[in-house]
Amino acid sequence: MIAFLIRRLLQGALVMLAVAFIAFSMFRFVGDPVTNMLPQDATLEQRAELQARLGLNEPLPVQFGYFITNAVQGDFGISYRNQRPVSNLIAERLPATMEMVLAAVVLSLVIGIPMGVYTALRRDSWLSHLFQAVSLAGISVPTFVTGILLILVFSVWLNWLPSFGRGEVVELGGWSTGLLTVSGLKALIMPVITLSLFQITLIMRLVRAEMLEVLKTDYIRFARARGLTNRAVHFGHALRNTLMPVITITGLQIGALIAFAIITETVFQWPGMGLLFMQAVSFVDIPVMSAYLVMVSLIFVVINTIVDMLYFVVDPRLRVDTGKNNTSA
Amino acid sequence: MTEHKVTSPVLDVRDLHIEFDTRHGALKAIDGVSLQIAPGEILGVVGESGAGKSLTGTAITGLLESPGRIAGGKIHLEGHRIDTLSQDEMRRLRGRRIGAIFQDPLTSLNPLYTVGRQLIETIRTHLPMSKAQARQKAIQLLSEVGLPAPETRIDQYPHQFSGGMRQRVVIALALCADPKLVIADEPTTALDVSVQAQIITVLKRLCREQGTAVMLVTHDMGVIAEAADRVAVMYAGRLVEVGPVAEVVKSAKHPYTQGLMNSIPTVLHDVERLEQIEGSMPRLTAIPEGCAFNPRCPHAFSRCRVERPNLIAVGDSDAACWLVEDMEEPLLPRSETAKTATLSDHHV
Repeated sequence: MIAFLIRRLLQGALVMLAVAFIAFSMFRFVGDPVTNMLPQDATLEQRAELQARLGLNEPLPVQFGYFITNAVQGDFGISYRNQRPVSNLIAERLPATMEMVLAAVVLSLVIGIPMGVYTALRRDSWLSHLFQAVSLAGISVPTFVTGILLILVFSVWLNWLPSFGRGEVVELGGWSTGLLTVSGLKALIMPVITLSLFQITLIMRLVRAEMLEVLKTDYIRFARARGLTNRAVHFGHALRNTLMPVITITGLQIGALIAFAIITETVFQWPGMGLLFMQAVSFVDIPVMSAYLVMVSLIFVVINTIVDMLYFVVDPRLRVDTGKNNTSA
Repeated sequence: MTEHKVTSPVLDVRDLHIEFDTRHGALKAIDGVSLQIAPGEILGVVGESGAGKSLTGTAITGLLESPGRIAGGKIHLEGHRIDTLSQDEMRRLRGRRIGAIFQDPLTSLNPLYTVGRQLIETIRTHLPMSKAQARQKAIQLLSEVGLPAPETRIDQYPHQFSGGMRQRVVIALALCADPKLVIADEPTTALDVSVQAQIITVLKRLCREQGTAVMLVTHDMGVIAEAADRVAVMYAGRLVEVGPVAEVVKSAKHPYTQGLMNSIPTVLHDVERLEQIEGSMPRLTAIPEGCAFNPRCPHAFSRCRVERPNLIAVGDSDAACWLVEDMEEPLLPRSETAKTATLSDHHV
């Protein structure tokens, strides 16, 4: 287990190094950072001074070294547009995105898993057919269409929910949360539904397919032959065996949701990282873009490592094998 | 067999019909099978793949899945009719009165739970026991099936057991609530030959000690000869011959059974080539009229092609063959004592 963890952490570090290199190349080679950062009427002396301050006269590997050293300390430089440290900008925006994404993930699991189980167990009921049909819509309608339709119905026509923004937020030790105010929760509803609609159908279809597969296995037939109740067979034995792929997909989807929250955040003007990134792109704000790239990759790597750890919790076969490795090592 | 003379059979299957509903009409998978098993008796059921051996077992446990259904006949367990019970009543019977052992021990156990958890779960489903009591019982069961160090092994996962040990666990699971009938579907097929013998020994011992009736489904005549008291031979969903093992092995009455016996390799005689039965079993859609075996039968005559033979008593066995009818009367009249344990009194 420990050996496995160390191996995974090393792999993660390697991935991060590669990503950091791309981010660094972006900063260094997309446009001229000096021109971008100085006013148009800057003198040659000012240019030379900034060039020296940014370390652009040093050889490339040394520059990359500086970049890594700074990045590890959370320093991604100054935003061209806001003239503020990028790390502050990210720290302000991160809670908004994380709250929205986590709420969407929880919602898609809470709704998707029971729907998947139901459609697998009662394949021929009318409700299953309905779920299947609706899920087809959910999986094929693009997010921005859902978002705009929701705004049209619930904000414009019914005037129940705010069409943009995050509502009131409360500061909790540096983390601004919208979960504690009524307006914050109301503002959360539509973006979360928009973001999770696809996920719900994905999880539902995945659970359904896996469950049908597991229900055919010998150990399920044997569990029935032992006279276990349907509940014990379905939820005790079958469901747990379907969870491995669900964990994998959920893990990947959390990363994807954070990365692709951009669209939802733009539609709802949600003050998260995605919106920050969109603004950075339109202003060619390279430091923000490279920091965003590094952040999202980091989240991906962390989540994937957690997913791998979860496998150990769910599947005893993995646990024992590493146990043997440990004793032999 | 005489010691069972006063007891009524544990399992009594009468004229069982199983059909599969398809778009092209109902397919007869089991056609008029009747079986009885006495307490403490092991009945071997043999036949080629697709003869309906496992299907019969599945129907008895009430686990027949759609589109398969029981289309006729009666199944009695300890005198009570069970084929008409509701799903939930049938579920209570499974594990409690009827234990099942499956073919592949590597896949019959849930890989995510310890064997102890699976045992305790099964015990507590059927018997009013606390967790601690159930655990004690589980340990005792594991030692009964010959699992070494059951106290420590109970907390291990299935993948930590070898195939033979897993099959012992499966047997322990089948015996959790002391069932009266155990249906063992190819219990040794997936195991090494040396392990097969051990598993058969365990089965025989449990059967003897606890008076459990066992229906041993297999295509392995060696296993039947080793373990069973009586054997039922199935062909194309029908019973072709039933009788005491020694009788059937040594002097098979039905040409199909004879062919089956001749095709078993042996080291005792120097045989040039292994005999085989020409042709193959008919598909369910194309079962011939009369005796299902007639196209492959070396002795078939005109009657075999038009009229279906029922089981006819000959010697200690019964065979569904017109040849047998023409044989001379059995040397010994069938005694009443043998009747409970064999087939005789149906299809009149």
